Amino acid sequence: MNFSIYDFTSFNQWIDQFLRAHMPGFWAVAIEMTIIGLAILLFYALVGLFLVYAERKVCAFMQNRVGPNRVGPYGFFQTIADFVKLMLKELIHIKNADQLLFNLAPFIIIIASFMAIAAIPFAKGLHAIDFDIGILYVIAVSSLGVVGILLAGWSSNNKYSLIGAMRSGAQIISYELSVGLSLVTIVILAGTMQFSQIVEGQANGWFIFKGHIPAFIAFIIFLISSTAETNRGPFDLAEAESELTAGFHTEYSGIKFAFFFLAEYMNMFIVASIAATVFLGGWMPFHMGGWAGFNHIMDFIPPFVWYIGKTFFVIWIMMWFKWTFPRLRIDQLLTLEWKYLLPINLVNILIMAFVVLMGWHF
Amino acid sequence: MKEVINLPVKNIEEEEYHINMGPQHPSTHGVLRLVVSLQGEIVKNLKPHCGYIHRGIEKMCEKDTYPQIIHLTDRMDYLSAHINNHAVCLLVEKALEVDVPERVKYIRTIVDELNRIASHQLWWCSFGMDMGGLTCYFYGLRDREHILDIFEESFGSRLLHSYYTPGGLMMDIHPNFQKSVKDFIKYFRRKIKDYDDILTGNIIMQERTKGIGILSKEDAISYGVTGPSGRASGFACDVRKHHPYGVYDKADFQEILGTEGDTFTRYMMRMHEMRESMKIIEQLIDNIPAGDYSAKMKAVIKLPAGEYYQRVEASRGELGVYCISDGNKTPYRMKFRSPNFSNLSALDHMSRGVKIADLVAIGGSLDYVIPDIDR
Amino acid sequence: MDNTALKERILALVPDAEFQENKQFLTFIIPPAKMHDLAVTLKTDAALAFDYLFCLSGVDMVKFLEVVYHLESTAHGHQLVLKTRTADRDNAALDTVCDLWRTAEFHEREVYDLMGIRFTNHPDLRRLFLEEGWIGHPLRKDYKDEVNIVEL
Repeated sequence: MNFSIYDFTSFNQWIDQFLRAHMPGFWAVAIEMTIIGLAILLFYALVGLFLVYAERKVCAFMQNRVGPNRVGPYGFFQTIADFVKLMLKELIHIKNADQLLFNLAPFIIIIASFMAIAAIPFAKGLHAIDFDIGILYVIAVSSLGVVGILLAGWSSNNKYSLIGAMRSGAQIISYELSVGLSLVTIVILAGTMQFSQIVEGQANGWFIFKGHIPAFIAFIIFLISSTAETNRGPFDLAEAESELTAGFHTEYSGIKFAFFFLAEYMNMFIVASIAATVFLGGWMPFHMGGWAGFNHIMDFIPPFVWYIGKTFFVIWIMMWFKWTFPRLRIDQLLTLEWKYLLPINLVNILIMAFVVLMGWHF
Repeated sequence: MKEVINLPVKNIEEEEYHINMGPQHPSTHGVLRLVVSLQGEIVKNLKPHCGYIHRGIEKMCEKDTYPQIIHLTDRMDYLSAHINNHAVCLLVEKALEVDVPERVKYIRTIVDELNRIASHQLWWCSFGMDMGGLTCYFYGLRDREHILDIFEESFGSRLLHSYYTPGGLMMDIHPNFQKSVKDFIKYFRRKIKDYDDILTGNIIMQERTKGIGILSKEDAISYGVTGPSGRASGFACDVRKHHPYGVYDKADFQEILGTEGDTFTRYMMRMHEMRESMKIIEQLIDNIPAGDYSAKMKAVIKLPAGEYYQRVEASRGELGVYCISDGNKTPYRMKFRSPNFSNLSALDHMSRGVKIADLVAIGGSLDYVIPDIDR
Repeated sequence: MDNTALKERILALVPDAEFQENKQFLTFIIPPAKMHDLAVTLKTDAALAFDYLFCLSGVDMVKFLEVVYHLESTAHGHQLVLKTRTADRDNAALDTVCDLWRTAEFHEREVYDLMGIRFTNHPDLRRLFLEEGWIGHPLRKDYKDEVNIVEL
């Protein structure tokens, strides 16, 4: 990067040094953690609200409708109004539900998605924590969500919820494999699991272009399986509206329902940002080999904008196929994973390893 | 020593449990309740419980005059209201041996077919929704709106028209009627291709419906499954062909029969039927003869004592009206043989051994309208 | 088979069947004891082959209760109407035909519910529309419901 103004590393270091100069080390760390926590919380809420609005507008566009257009300009504040409504709604008390697990489930789901967001690099130097096993961490944390879904389905004491939760369990555990293996394909190419290193490695070309066909196959598989992992259409079997009314969150109301709702959108955001980071170069601008002037202009666009743009592009693709495809059946869903995606994925890893070994990539 | 408690060993794999689908459920299309016995996700059997909107229309008919009964029939299968009206009108005309003007017959046939298309459009969009493709819903409703606009222009109402009266029509058609119908046919011939693009050709949809919910021809006849659902099994049951009324004998159209009897064939039958209906309308719309829009009828209609039966092809199957008259202005007994009622009885047979998701798809392909079942 | 041949055939099968004038359909009144046997012959005989029961209605004629079967043969296209009667209003019972025509299962439940005719050998004879424990059968002419039915 030629433009160090977009580099957040020195800014972070300055805050750290400032805090450490004025107070003991423990308090400095505590304050830093609080600031980061609040910043992520704010970001989380804003992105959640915006995604709900975006989904409504995208689906309205697909369906010859206008979408929300009453609250604020172009209905922009519609989701805020909805959020206020959900906050004020009565929390319905389910008589024979397991109260502890029933109340715990939404928090587990939201914590799982909250933890995953910590490892994602938004720009150079702008991430909460840069693990050297970043990808492993994200895969591990994002699979925690299924515990919440299973608990929600089990504790609601409702057969529809239970069927939804069981479906979701089978689905997420199966598709976790494909998500992991498609990321492993890129890890082989990048030679690291650290997100910052992966992004740096794409300075002279995104991995989707650098890794030839295996990287492209891995991207497609990641897109399919991550959609399935976030329980979104056409893989929304866990909440299959026309079959199971609302699946695992049938019995939830008010703010607890809002948590599930928000977590679904945030999971979509997380998988989209991983796809953007790992395959599409993260916050790296788009460069064309030999076009110096073009590349120079691209560099002027801040990395954060690049990152958000790529993420929303992936989200838009996911919304696109949610609103055009009918839903799969549970056995077809598992057949797709175990009989098609998984073998393709394994072969793909071999090919990628061979390509890297021979040095055929760019 | 510890005491060993012998609990009966239950094989959890083989244990059944029941879920109540409905009366409030998104895929029962109304207040139908299905008690489904499940083993895991597989449907073992199901018991339909009807009657949540039983209004006793047959009992009400015994107190009402024949023109009043027409208004009740609208409320049975509200999606093919015109066709239901037609059945009662034909029955009264047959009993009184009234000669209905040709113009009336033409208009009734055209309006019936328009009604059939509108009904199948709504079926298509709700079937898409049952399959999880929510976008279909808006495509179907968008096109149905055009037909409802034509209805509104000519008859002043959009859903429950009561446009036919014994002996003719309530009023003449709007001067724009022919033009708007022709415009609609032109428009819909283009738009029905969208239907195929978005749902028929979709691989997920085909995988989910082919070979699911098979009903053999013998079973279809035995269960009295009529309409597109019956014809998908190869049961030639089109009343328009076999017992023509209106001017169906003058129109050239095909009774398309399927062979598979599965959910996909039932789907395709309705798609074909929309095209056939357009064909019928195209043949008739330019040839509506001039004349009266109603025959001369007495102010008080009294049917001669006796029994009458009239069959018509409603959009979901054969609608039969059985009337016993004792010579009064109200019928002694009126019975409606509603298509959905018989179609529903086959649901248990068709859905044994399928998954819940398939049950929803089968239900969608049968296209039941609950007020017609309960009456 | 045309109507005259059909008429002779039915009368040969059930000599005490009573022929009823009707402009539309060939109509017979069959004694209840012989109804089921006749139905089996109608369904299975290749020349008759009445495989489609398109309507089954219960009628209250005050003096007796009546069940009307509208039959059609999908192979030959001929139609037939059969009626059976029972004068016993309190314990009206007739033989079921739902072993022959499966559609009769629901139609007979409806007749039982609204007209109060029991069908012997029916596999699942419960009320269909009204709730269990409803008193009376609404389609009967002597049914009184002062709350829901307004007499004019």
